[in-house]
Amino acid sequence: MAGGHVHALFRHGDSALHRVAPQVKIVAAFGFVLAVVVTPREAFWAFGLYLATLAVLIAIAGLPPGYVARRMVVEIPFLIVAVLLPLFGSGDRIEVLGMSLSEQGLWDMWNLLAKATLGLLTAIVLGATTQVPDLLKGLDALHVPGVVTAIISFMVRYVDVILGEFSRMQVAMASRGHEVRSVMGWRPYAKTFGAMFVRTYERGERVYLAMASRGYSGTMPASLRVPAPAAQWVAAFGLVAAAWLVALLGWAQQ
Amino acid sequence: MTAPVIAVDGLDFVYPDGTAALEGIHLHVHRGERIALLGPNGAGKTTLVLHLNGIHLPQHGTVDVSGLRLDADSLMEIRRRVGIVFQDPDDQLFMTTVREDVEFGPRNLGLIGAELDRRVDRALAAVEVGDLADRPPSHLSFGQKRRVAIAGVLAMDPEIIILDEPTSNLDPASRRELTATLRSLDVTQMIVTHDLLYALELCERTVILDRGSIVADGPTRELLADTDLLERHRLALPAGVRLESRSGVAEVPKTEPEPRKNGFV
Repeated sequence: MAGGHVHALFRHGDSALHRVAPQVKIVAAFGFVLAVVVTPREAFWAFGLYLATLAVLIAIAGLPPGYVARRMVVEIPFLIVAVLLPLFGSGDRIEVLGMSLSEQGLWDMWNLLAKATLGLLTAIVLGATTQVPDLLKGLDALHVPGVVTAIISFMVRYVDVILGEFSRMQVAMASRGHEVRSVMGWRPYAKTFGAMFVRTYERGERVYLAMASRGYSGTMPASLRVPAPAAQWVAAFGLVAAAWLVALLGWAQQ
Repeated sequence: MTAPVIAVDGLDFVYPDGTAALEGIHLHVHRGERIALLGPNGAGKTTLVLHLNGIHLPQHGTVDVSGLRLDADSLMEIRRRVGIVFQDPDDQLFMTTVREDVEFGPRNLGLIGAELDRRVDRALAAVEVGDLADRPPSHLSFGQKRRVAIAGVLAMDPEIIILDEPTSNLDPASRRELTATLRSLDVTQMIVTHDLLYALELCERTVILDRGSIVADGPTRELLADTDLLERHRLALPAGVRLESRSGVAEVPKTEPEPRKNGFV
């Protein structure tokens, strides 16, 4: 409960990637993912290059393959959707192992699979090498509005507290004999959500009081922006430019 | 004589729905005092406390902090002078790391750089949580959270800190550590509590609030020895504990099993 779901993404280490300024990593990750997304799906070799690049980054960050694999589990729902595409897709059908599959659907599956996997791997590398407070500092350094970073920071701070409250409510319900036997058993959960809303709202008021008591007057104190070394920007720019070059070559081949 | 740290005179407060929460409060707290504020639920303790740092502004009467009159103009300075440690540390620790949280107050005061770091380090050291500075608050034990919350208030360099139910949910060891911490702090303190023995342990002076009025103000030991007074105001020492107003020790007689009256087994 107090384990921290959000913070669990980070993996302690002191690799070169861990030391890169967060704003540089955010920009690089975003630029890289954009390049992946615009790459034409027929350019298999391009996706191979992207994957190789990520493999190198994972190695530099010192992330064990098992760790990365466990983090990939969140992709499963997307995989299920992707696998369904060839079955229900329209257009020309082709026979694969005795099944009639849509050619268009197969391409869609590949496209979704390749891009989602590469995007997720990028996010895993970013999350595993950057602590959440540093991510927020990075966003701030990129001039993301203070209100946005404040909302994210409160969400990060309170998600565990609120999930903890929710699980205590569930325990309290179970302790008084509540069992989910049918859909009707969900009714109390729906009410719990209502109660959670009220509680969260009340907590918001208490947090605000505590903030006001320490001199809050409407704006979060501006954080001290630490500029990233130029060398890091150059390296990040090089990586993103290479990815975009690959994407453009992919299009040129069409 | 220097101005009292807290001077409340003729303070009344009526909630918008017409409920009178405070009536004719007079309370002076002097530098270096550690006083307990006792009272049953709904007595108005929290309402009074929220007046002391200007979350509520007085409707009638006045609140002065070290000679500075509380009004809309003095709000920020009053909030610096009066630090409140709220009951649930999760409400108070809202930033993503301990250090950022302790920085929150001084940064609102405009401190930056080395001065800010010095202030924060001193506050963390005062409650012995310097080694937790880079942790997220969700990774702390309850007792650690409580102490970090105190550090956040200390970093404002307040003239008085007010602690709302500081012992609630603390295990005995954390409670003892908190006692040591509070004793070691060189700052005027007001402790709002239901824990009468804690008041006795830490505070020379006690104020009892009931139904919006101060009904007793005197040496803690004498007030807590007055069983009738406590009973009239829905306060009670733990079962079996009796205080002699003069002696130094609380007497805890051997417990004899009482006959069950309520039918629970």
